[in-house]
Amino acid sequence: MHIPDGFLDVRTALTTATFSSVGVGVAMRRLRTTLPPRSVPLMGLTAAFVFAAQMLNFPIAAGTSGHLLGAVLAAVLLGPSAAVLVMTSVLLVQSLLFADGGILALGANILNLALIAPVTGYGIYRAVRTMLSGDRGMLAAAAFAGWGATVIAAIACAAELAWSGTAPWGAAFPAMTSVHMIIGLAEGLITALVLAALAKARPDLLPKPDAGPAGTLPVSLVLTATVSFALLVTPFSFDLPDGLEKVAATVGFDQRAVANAGPFADYRIPGIGSAVLATGLAAAAGTLIVFLLSLLLARALVPASPHKQPQS
Amino acid sequence: MRHDFLDRYSRLQSPIHRLPAGLKLISALLLVLATVMMPQGSLWFYILATLGLLVLAAMSTIPPRFVLGRLLMLEPVVLGFSIFSIFRSDGWPIFLTLMTKGTLSILTMIILANTTPFAKILELLRSARVPGLLVTVLALLYRYLFLLIDEGERMHRARQSRTFVAKNSQRYRTIATVVSQLFVRSTERADRIYAAMRARGWQ
Repeated sequence: MHIPDGFLDVRTALTTATFSSVGVGVAMRRLRTTLPPRSVPLMGLTAAFVFAAQMLNFPIAAGTSGHLLGAVLAAVLLGPSAAVLVMTSVLLVQSLLFADGGILALGANILNLALIAPVTGYGIYRAVRTMLSGDRGMLAAAAFAGWGATVIAAIACAAELAWSGTAPWGAAFPAMTSVHMIIGLAEGLITALVLAALAKARPDLLPKPDAGPAGTLPVSLVLTATVSFALLVTPFSFDLPDGLEKVAATVGFDQRAVANAGPFADYRIPGIGSAVLATGLAAAAGTLIVFLLSLLLARALVPASPHKQPQS
Repeated sequence: MRHDFLDRYSRLQSPIHRLPAGLKLISALLLVLATVMMPQGSLWFYILATLGLLVLAAMSTIPPRFVLGRLLMLEPVVLGFSIFSIFRSDGWPIFLTLMTKGTLSILTMIILANTTPFAKILELLRSARVPGLLVTVLALLYRYLFLLIDEGERMHRARQSRTFVAKNSQRYRTIATVVSQLFVRSTERADRIYAAMRARGWQ
């Protein structure tokens, strides 16, 4: 999902860069007050760990392979602010050292993969944790969050491509969403499997059971509600080119948009509108199915043992 | 395969390598910016930029095979992002433009990355007042990246060579075990590094 250079226009690149520098700035400010000095090396090593883990390929389907993103894994293990820092470092090195992900597109890539993915993933994780406790709850929440974060980041990526005028929304949204609804399954599965293996080998490295004071509950619920709303509503809002064009005109971008043949005009292909609608509905249904799958996965991974699960 | 010198060409000695890192970073950014902003069909610019980049690549003495290999490795991503444009009614010229722009930008970044040692980029970030914590984490990431990649691959190979039935479900478990073990080792290493840093008077 690393966007290379050449696919985002300057307006999108600058807007996303502004958003991501604010987001990373907030995370750094939070870390400066909460991160103990002895955890500084852990941040660097976790960043190297995420990078190395991303290089291990696993099979997905039909001969294709994918790799772990690791945003939710990092957020569950270290907390959301630390995950933002870790993922930002990974993306910076991938771009500057390996030309993987553009330099002008860095703002967008950080926004999608280092801010949206870990923060919304953590919000989903915390929200599910409030409903389910114990190891099973943790694994189900992590698996579901891994899937959700992947899909949400992909939708953000599609929106940026559409906003730049490089890919019509009617093609980018269905393609990115459907592909990442499958890739996300692997992400969620691996995230849960890694946490299950850690629970067996080094339970002390996992977050404290039911960590966080009760006060974080409203925050995570609001966050998750916002995310689900965005997930379900953005697909349809892009169907209103007139409204967006109007915004573009008032902001003063309309001349550029015309020069680029218009980001949202010109796609007179039958079925594109219904493809967006169908993908939106599939995402909604998929959310429900994946949530149930996450519960089943957690049941399979953690055998019922009364001394570990006081509530069940 | 050992990964300790994945970026070995960034420390070659050539006129391009000797240029100040800040100059290279800014000019790469400007070239990418120009590439992105060029209107469709500015053939003269693409030809000029390609020639310029090829001259730079030749002057930098990076082996052409290496540059070509990196380019081919990243090209599927460019193709994947360009393919959407085919769905437009006048898709083909846009598709070709996007492919050209993407390829040129990647070539720029490959030359930048392999003529600029990462330590210089860190210096640059520090002088640009990027928060110290981020620069420290980047430095640690760069320092231990190759080590952890090696460690991860070693464990993966060791595990694979002992797993005779390679069913997909088991491969997932294998990778999860390797990844979790890699994390355990990373945290243990982080503890040792912290002790070493303190012993040398850090903070």
